[in-house]
Amino acid sequence: MAQNLELFFNFGVPLLLILVAYFFGSYLEKRHYTSIRAREEAYFGYPVVTFDTMPEDWRVSSSTLVDGSVVVSLDYFKRIIAGLRAIVGGRIKTYEPLLDRARREAVLRMIEDAKKQGYDAIFNVRLDTSRLANARGDGRGTAGVEMLAYGTAVKFASRFANSQ
Amino acid sequence: MNISTSSSIELSNTETIPGRRIVEFYGVVTGNTVRAKHLGRDILAGLKNIVGGELKAYTELLQDSRIEATQRMVEEARSMGANAVVNVRFATSSISQGAAELFAYGTAVRVE
Repeated sequence: MAQNLELFFNFGVPLLLILVAYFFGSYLEKRHYTSIRAREEAYFGYPVVTFDTMPEDWRVSSSTLVDGSVVVSLDYFKRIIAGLRAIVGGRIKTYEPLLDRARREAVLRMIEDAKKQGYDAIFNVRLDTSRLANARGDGRGTAGVEMLAYGTAVKFASRFANSQ
Repeated sequence: MNISTSSSIELSNTETIPGRRIVEFYGVVTGNTVRAKHLGRDILAGLKNIVGGELKAYTELLQDSRIEATQRMVEEARSMGANAVVNVRFATSSISQGAAELFAYGTAVRVE
């Protein structure tokens, strides 16, 4: 009996965690992607550009700095798969969608920040990725990745002043 | 609360304030803050770590810190007599276990 219990704690619990992480994690991921796609569609046509100078026909009345950020963590299942992947090397497919949706979420939040304040476009958009240190000294515990998007939002005085 | 409403000085991450002309340069201004995660947040985040996804508490923590770093940069600019900070850049670095530095820097200028 005691042996069974030990067996359960040694293998059962981690296995259970992996299963929970896998099913719950992929459910959350799917839901997040649905929300991202819907919002990206809603903001389609809102100018967000990485140019560091504005297009010539933009006549601007005011501007400000806007940003959006997300901290994401890697789930238990993904970390184990990545750990296995690291043995043979190559593409870690479980991490790619995680970083992708975090980055897109950061950009969406930046757009929402700008729209909420009544700005019409964002230019000179920059994207940053930084890793946060582990919470515990042993290298385990909480670690996260921060995605930051920022840019200069502008209000148009008259957008097509030059194009009569 | 966001980075721009936290200040009365104009901010941009381009080399000018769009549509305005720079009349005077004051030099580089910086602002930083080092924050540690607090324990309660860390335990919750630890649970969240099992399923993955966004760690909302950390997002807020870092966002608040970034606003504070920006405010410090703005204070420095204001004390120089500037009315805008251009070419603002952000940097995040994790300096030790559980602590992160948020850093903002830019060029203090006077615009027309």
